[in-house]
Amino acid sequence: MPDTLPDPSAGGDGEPRAGGAAASGPSETPGPAGPSEPAGPSEAALASAAQEPGAFSASGSSSERAAPSGASEPPGPSDRPDASGGPPGGEGGRDRAGIELINVTKRFPGQRTPAVDDVSLTIPGGEIVVLLGPSGSGKTTTMRLINRLIEPTSGRIIVAGREAMGLDPNELRRHIGYVIQNAGLFPHMTVGTNVGLVPQMLGWDKKRIAERVDELLRLVDLPPEQFRDRYPRELSGGQQQRVGVARALGADPPAMLMDEPFGALDPITRERLQDELLQLQEELGKTIVFVTHDVDEALKLGDRIAILDKGSRIVQYATPQEILLNPADEYVEQFLGGAQAMKLLKFSRVADVPLQQVPQARPEDDAAAVRERIGTADDSFAIVLDGRSRPVRWITAADLEGVTGPIGERGEPAATPIRARNTLQQALEALIQIEHEWVPVVGPRGVYRGTVTLATLQNAIKEMKEQAKARRRQDRTAAP
Amino acid sequence: MSAPPREPSAAAPEGAAATPDGSDLTTRSAVAARGSLHAPTARSWRALLEPVLIVAIGAGWMVYVRNTHLDSIAARVLTLDYVTRKTWEHVELTVVATLIVLVIAIPLGVLLSRSFARPATPFVLAVANIGQSAPAIGVVVLLAVIFGIGFWTAIVALVAYGVLPALRNTMVGLQQVDPTLTDAGRGIGMSATRVLTRVELPLATPVILAGIRTTLVLMVGTASIASFISGGGLGDLVTTGVSTQRTPVLLTGCILIALLALLVDWVGGMAARYLAPKGL
Repeated sequence: MPDTLPDPSAGGDGEPRAGGAAASGPSETPGPAGPSEPAGPSEAALASAAQEPGAFSASGSSSERAAPSGASEPPGPSDRPDASGGPPGGEGGRDRAGIELINVTKRFPGQRTPAVDDVSLTIPGGEIVVLLGPSGSGKTTTMRLINRLIEPTSGRIIVAGREAMGLDPNELRRHIGYVIQNAGLFPHMTVGTNVGLVPQMLGWDKKRIAERVDELLRLVDLPPEQFRDRYPRELSGGQQQRVGVARALGADPPAMLMDEPFGALDPITRERLQDELLQLQEELGKTIVFVTHDVDEALKLGDRIAILDKGSRIVQYATPQEILLNPADEYVEQFLGGAQAMKLLKFSRVADVPLQQVPQARPEDDAAAVRERIGTADDSFAIVLDGRSRPVRWITAADLEGVTGPIGERGEPAATPIRARNTLQQALEALIQIEHEWVPVVGPRGVYRGTVTLATLQNAIKEMKEQAKARRRQDRTAAP
Repeated sequence: MSAPPREPSAAAPEGAAATPDGSDLTTRSAVAARGSLHAPTARSWRALLEPVLIVAIGAGWMVYVRNTHLDSIAARVLTLDYVTRKTWEHVELTVVATLIVLVIAIPLGVLLSRSFARPATPFVLAVANIGQSAPAIGVVVLLAVIFGIGFWTAIVALVAYGVLPALRNTMVGLQQVDPTLTDAGRGIGMSATRVLTRVELPLATPVILAGIRTTLVLMVGTASIASFISGGGLGDLVTTGVSTQRTPVLLTGCILIALLALLVDWVGGMAARYLAPKGL
């Protein structure tokens, strides 16, 4: 079910409406969604509230398939998000999930300087934007302005194409995931109840909530049979935070706010949860605002990083790579704390590097045709993809010598692919360890993207260095 | 909310969580409520030992006192019928007064814990303090002068005396709820009312229940003075015993009041154990 922000008129008093009550009201005829399922009338209403139903299906929900028609067919118990068909989202849908702050100021009563001073920030849909700054820089305040836990003194906030100030704050918050430090789980509720809170408030029926809870728990790698009925106190810190993330994803919101979610965890657990968040993000493509004061965490997670100074002044807003190669000023440089070259390797992603393309083949392809595609040289080769475009084998011209009909199971298995989300450091490690020279790179759901070799990485680093040099030269000529 | 499995084996180590300090009234049942995450069932027969013992002692005393050589005055008072009636009156006084205390103190405590009502807190607490610090016996007599004697005047005095602990515990219970949890509640889209009913009140329940338990015990003891203004109760046995100088009568009154207090405390303890939310 694509989740969109509610129409202000459907927001009501912020209290959940039970059952049919939600369907009555301005959006009684839920347009394309169809009123057929009594399960989630409020959802149907919400779906119809979006002018383009399914606009979020790309970015918002890969875990619940059947985007606009979801109301007529309750989501099945099938759990694995990668089981959903549907190609990864188009860019058009993503922009609609973005968040925009326009000249936002927050002045707390009795304080001379504003906590947030005239901040404008555009957070593109489907990206992780990290607000990075020392304590007191107003990063948490800025984040809390987005779901109106703090009301701005002035300025506009647009969430997924809607004016946040025009919405009922409770309704708004139910459609923006919220994750805080230490997870903030309610200790007197079971894990299942905690995760099902938002769907419950949205008036889903019991069966649908239970299915959603199980689905979410599996998504964060906690077997539901084992964890559903346990209490938060019985879980480790890392497990609790996973439940926190699952709870935030409850109603499949287009956006999530995360306030130092991993700050209180031990380094090993933190690292693991960061990796898992990236993997999850690869599947879900949420718009995430992530607050941290940890530079490494910001560089690792952020698609973009906003470095904040006092009063939430944005000193630099750029990709991690750009910040490392070209820090805006001394403050940023100081904040990064040196060793930028190594950090570049550690935090640049494989996706940022131009990948090499090799000929592709399918098991059912005719051998002769493939041979033609890859050329006749003995060392030329193609990558064989399976039905879901996942790389499985390498096949060389030698393998195809004298073969007719489909290529089938020939060739040798491909090395464990590198994920596009992985860092260059991880890729380098993989390339050094693996006996193959070529390693396939996969994107979301294991879909083949291209291949890398050591040379690819070398070129990429050289390229980055040159770009930075050029930019610096440009700055120098422009400055005086 | 799905029912959690009731298995005592899954209990977390006792007292692992920090006990909320703040009110001396809170600790006792807070610890009891933390005994296990899931409702205890296996050892519950042991919990029944206490009331059985209390009733047995009461019955034993009655049998003993009836078989001693009583003179006619004492014998007339210590009939089973009369003692049962007085005990029942005492229970009535206690229960009615406690219920009224709760009806006043819990909503008031909730109201005073809201941010908008914070300025009013010291004033309300001052009034409640006066109610408790004024000697109960003086209040009872004073009220009798104003309202006349009888059951309901006694109730008014008892309520004035008992509001403070219940009010205090309600407020403390709500204040000690982790603010990050209320923030989390607001952050996922709960309305203020929903945060109160689904998060704050359940989490405050152990402390509130401790307050109710304290109130009940307090009421049992204080209800004895209802006798001075013809309010009935076991206090009648005590006053009769004193005024007629019949020690068996006096002792019967005292022992039954004490046993009743223990019994009520046990009931309160059970309530704290079973009504407190699991998982804390």
